Amino acid sequence: MSLLEVKNLKKSFGDNVVLKDISFNVEKGEVLSIIGPSGSGKSTLLRCITDLETEDSGEINFDGTFGLVFQNFNLFPHHSVMKNIANAPIRVQKRDKDEVYAHAKYLLKKMGLEDKEDAYPSELSGGQQQRVSIARALCMNPDILFFDEPTSALDPELTGEILQVIKDLAAERMTMVIVTHEMNFARNVSDTIIFMDGGVIVEQGSPEEVFSSDNQRMKDFLGKFYE
Amino acid sequence: MLLSKIIEELMWGMGTSIEIFLLTLLFSIPLGLVVAAGRMSSFKPLQWFMKAYISIMRGTPLMLQLIVVFFGPYYIFGMTLSRDFRMIAVIIAFTINYAAYFAEIFRGGIESIPNGQYEAAQVLGYNRLETFFIIILPQVVKIVLPSITNEVITLVKDTSLSFVLAIPEMFTVAKQIAAAEASISALLIAGGFYYVFNAIVAFVMERFERRLDYYDT
Repeated sequence: MSLLEVKNLKKSFGDNVVLKDISFNVEKGEVLSIIGPSGSGKSTLLRCITDLETEDSGEINFDGTFGLVFQNFNLFPHHSVMKNIANAPIRVQKRDKDEVYAHAKYLLKKMGLEDKEDAYPSELSGGQQQRVSIARALCMNPDILFFDEPTSALDPELTGEILQVIKDLAAERMTMVIVTHEMNFARNVSDTIIFMDGGVIVEQGSPEEVFSSDNQRMKDFLGKFYE
Repeated sequence: MLLSKIIEELMWGMGTSIEIFLLTLLFSIPLGLVVAAGRMSSFKPLQWFMKAYISIMRGTPLMLQLIVVFFGPYYIFGMTLSRDFRMIAVIIAFTINYAAYFAEIFRGGIESIPNGQYEAAQVLGYNRLETFFIIILPQVVKIVLPSITNEVITLVKDTSLSFVLAIPEMFTVAKQIAAAEASISALLIAGGFYYVFNAIVAFVMERFERRLDYYDT
């Protein structure tokens, strides 16, 4: 059985049909990227799976914990970096404090932020804040990690450091679903790519298959990136 | 009357002023939070009720509200209440008046917190109460503190309005002495006391604000 199963998902906002019958699976250890033009429903799909929106119909089968990395980081400004990462595992998951702090320190080191545990989010660069938010998500020991355009709010020179972190996680076989506009990155890091347009999945397959697709909408979309 | 005697009497009155001040803060701040919650509720009748309540409290004189709270039970329900009820009436009137102002301040603060904070908290598994008390409220406090300071300073001076119910607080006492002595010196001294009281309040509030300076949004 797949780790995550999405079946016949539909979602509208008023008269605006955002998701029209979306189905796909994610296997354990798989890296899936969702690409497509703005307004294609990518983010809404992620928000339905992570319970930030309620689907109108369809099924989402997933049994486990997940983490979500937001476009705008959404760190808690009044909590130190360490508290941002460790508070939910301690309070919500009721895990042992010392174990959580050790885990958080390990993750911060991995993110190259070992000297930042007492800093506050406003003292960090955008790239550093996003790395803290990835550490915060990872500290919950998620079975699957979702990314909602993780580099879209960053200056171009900072996107690389976030993409490298995600690549490193992929190398460790972390299960991830990534909504992104970074085409080259999606092509390099993903096992599977889903191309969405107008609320439907237009193409789905390996990066080679999707990027060499004959589908006109897919070609138009890629053309905008490679012209 | 000797100056020392005047000061002694005024100090007694100030004790009552401080009592009104502290009890009003104690009750009106939590009530303000509740009113703000109702004002922001998606349950429309509750929202309208709170809107009307805030509008009346802010739109009519506090002095009139004091009179209505004290005499209302008699004129509306025919209840006869003892003179001891005066102090209770003062606390009720001040509390419901200040709660309306605090509610609007809290509402502004709560609505200024980005939705992403709630979403991040939800994804991390915080329940609604934890989200409010751990994530939202501490940020709201920092945002609203300067406005709260303004209200608290106004409250110190507003306690003098309780003279309409002949509560022996500092202003009432000062007026009585001034009338008896045919001199405004007691009133001027009372003014000095209000000023010192507020200087202390401003100092304390500034300390609170500085304690929350450890982060920027």
